Order: sequence, then structure tokens, then C-alpha cells
Amino acid sequence: MGSQKEEVKLLSFVCSPVCRRVEWGLRLKGVDYEYIEEDIFNKSNLLLQLNPLHKKVPVLVHANKPIAESLVILEYVDETWNHQYPLLPQHPYERALTRFWIKFADEKVMYGGYVAMISSGDEQEKKVNEVREGMEKLEELIKGKRFFGGDKVGFLDIALGWITYLLPVWEEVGCMKILEAEKCPAISAWVNNILSHPVFKDCLPPKEELLAYNHRRRKHFNPALYN
Amino acid sequence: MGESEVKVIGKWSSPYVMRVKIALRIKSIEHEHFEETLNPKSDLLLKSNPVYAKVPVLIHHGKPISESLIIVEYIDETWSNDNSPSILPSDPYDRALARFWATYIDEKWFPSMKSIITVETEEEREPYYKVLEEVVERVEDAFGKCSKGKPFFGGDSVGFLDIAFGSFLGWLRVTESLYGRKVLVEAKAPSLVKWAERFADDPAVKGLIPDHDKLVEISKPLQIKWRALAAIGKKY
Repeated sequence: MGSQKEEVKLLSFVCSPVCRRVEWGLRLKGVDYEYIEEDIFNKSNLLLQLNPLHKKVPVLVHANKPIAESLVILEYVDETWNHQYPLLPQHPYERALTRFWIKFADEKVMYGGYVAMISSGDEQEKKVNEVREGMEKLEELIKGKRFFGGDKVGFLDIALGWITYLLPVWEEVGCMKILEAEKCPAISAWVNNILSHPVFKDCLPPKEELLAYNHRRRKHFNPALYN
Repeated sequence: MGESEVKVIGKWSSPYVMRVKIALRIKSIEHEHFEETLNPKSDLLLKSNPVYAKVPVLIHHGKPISESLIIVEYIDETWSNDNSPSILPSDPYDRALARFWATYIDEKWFPSMKSIITVETEEEREPYYKVLEEVVERVEDAFGKCSKGKPFFGGDSVGFLDIAFGSFLGWLRVTESLYGRKVLVEAKAPSLVKWAERFADDPAVKGLIPDHDKLVEISKPLQIKWRALAAIGKKY
């Protein structure tokens, strides 16, 4: 087993929410890591060598062994640095629920939100409604709690953290509204709790870069909107 | 073990349900099976899996869990003692590899298999066959890394990745019967071909792969349904 003392490197991209969730996990657990920024439009040989299958970030390298896929990485980190700040709950049923909701949120809310951002017209409206439905389910999940993890931040909070800094950018770029404070007051409060959390508040991506990158993606898929 | 302490809502033809059944058998867990027709969806299913209304669902002490691989991990974590083998490897890096490959397989395999059955012509099937062939090539390579010379991805016994991939073998044979084109071939994947035989014969799996002729029989109405959905632009 890779020792907790061995070197950790993270290949990442500043605008990527799945990379940032890994960083949040590492920081919460107090794991030191070397951050390596990857230009995803000009992929390095290192990335191609470490993740030949998908050629994507994030990739974690621990004791010279690479691991890809953000959720796989986070479970690995949780298991390897198992004495420091557990990310997943202890009980198997709670763990299963956490994994279930992350899968749901990634598919329905994150991927759905991205598609909505690059779409327009009726197609976008349909997608926005689907994402809002997903958001309402998350609202039910967090009602009465400070964090999805309860009193403390947990795995689900880290996985959904993109909502706090990226969703507002997608809403701006896509000219749409997904998170409404009146419909989702608990999530809105959670957003503030996360943004002011000592571990995360200094680990947020620069908004200008997020705007530039996401406009670029939207323009790529929907060039007519930018003329 | 109390009566009905463990219940599975399943369907005989589903590869995802098969994953759960294998995991339960590895751990020697008795359970009650509830065969779901899916048309209409039962009240039990709608209550137990309100988000997706899909099988499999495991109900343990009245609490439901959905999504096949999440269920398998739950089974592994809940029934973890010296008496039964582990489903996931013990080393965190090996666990990461198993999860990584299972994620890859889930993303690529069944969508392509479904498309092969749904589209109309050989020309339309071609790109999906290319995907399956690429997956087989990559998974053949992964087998070498994960098995480390042992009979299964999981080592000496059937494990997480064996279950994730092996559960699709039944439907793979169906596409081979329907269209006469083999994907898991000796020339391209010698290790996997042998592994597939060992997997099917393993006591944890034997009898759980649905009957081939019965699967071929239901592939017809499924094909009609999926083609109808595709025609109205719905993701089948």
C-alpha cells in the first residue's frame, strides 16, 4: 500500500470542477500535494502517459502510481489517509446513499447543467427544467442540515461543491436561472456555508477564467449565439 | 437470518440484477426475490427507487439501495468477515483500479450493445461494434494488470471487476447470435476468452447467466420497443 508519507501530485485544470473536488478532498484531509496545471487544449506528454485511456484530468499520482476519475481518486484518498478526516460516512448504508446521490447529481445536475449552458431556446428550457427538478431533490436531501454531511462537510459536499462557484457562471454564460433561493433555501444557505468554509474559501477558481472558458465552450457548440 | 431481511427487486434478464445476485452468492446471503415486470412498474419498485424506478434494488432491514455497483459495494462492506471472500481487493490502489475499470465498462459497454440491437442496418451497427472491440482490447490489457497471473480480475476468486464485466456476457452472446459477429475472440483477447469460461463455470456465477434462448426470444420485443423510442427521438 502506498505510504501516507510518499509524494502526491495532482494533474489538474483550473476551470475543471471534477479536478477541484479532488483538491478540496486532499485539503480537508490535510494531505500535501504538488499541483500541476494542465493545458487541456494542448495536452502534455505526462498526461497522455499517466491517463492513456481517457487523456483527461484529474490524475492523482501517489508513490508513482497514477489514478484517474475524480470519484475513484477521492475514495482512494479517503482509504489511504484513513486516520484523517473521513470523507465518506462510516455506516455502509450511509455510504451507499452518498454514492447514489453523487451519481445522481453528477448525471442530472452537473452534466445536465453543462448541457443547458451550451444550449439555447426550447432545448435549453427543457434541460433547465430537468436540472431544476434535480436541484429540488438535493434541496430535500439537505433540508434541516448545515451540510450534506451533517454538521461537518463530507464527501457529498465536496462532490457538489461546484454548485457554489461554477453554477453561477453557467447561469451567467447560458443566460438562465437554475438555483432559485425561494425554491431552494437550504441549498442557498449551504452555498454560503461552503464559500465561507476555512478550507474552501481560499481554494476557489478565478471567476474571470471560468467565464472565459465556459463562453469558449458555449461558442464552440453554439457559434451562432456569438455573432 | 430473519425471513425477508434481504430482498432483491430484480428481473431475470437484467445484467445489472445479475451483479447483485453474484455478490449475494459470494457472501452466501439468503434473500427473497421479487420479480419485477417493469410494465407496469410495481408499487414496491416505485416506493423503493423513486428516483429512477429501475432494477436492481436491494432492500436490507427495510432500507432500499439502488444502482448495481453501489449495491455490490454495500454487500461487500456489510458482510465483511473472515468467513466470506472479499469482493473488492484489499489494497486501496487495486480497489481504485477495479473501480476505474468498472466505471469505464459501464460508460461504454451496455449503451453500445443496446445500440447494436436497436439500429437497423449493418452499416449503422459498425461504429458500435468498434466501441465494443476497443473496450475488449483495453479490458484484456486491464486483466493482465489486475489479475497478476491469477484466474480472475479479483485474483483467486470472482471479484468486483469480474462481476462488472462478466454480467454482460449473456447479452454479448445474444448479439453474436443475432448478427453472427463475435467480439470476444481468441485472436484479440486470449486471456478474456479463457476468463469468460472460468467466470461462467464458477460456483458464484453458475446458473445466474440467463438462458441464452430465452434472452434471444425477448430481444425481439425489446428491439421493437427501443426502435419505437428511437423513432420519437427518445433516448432508449
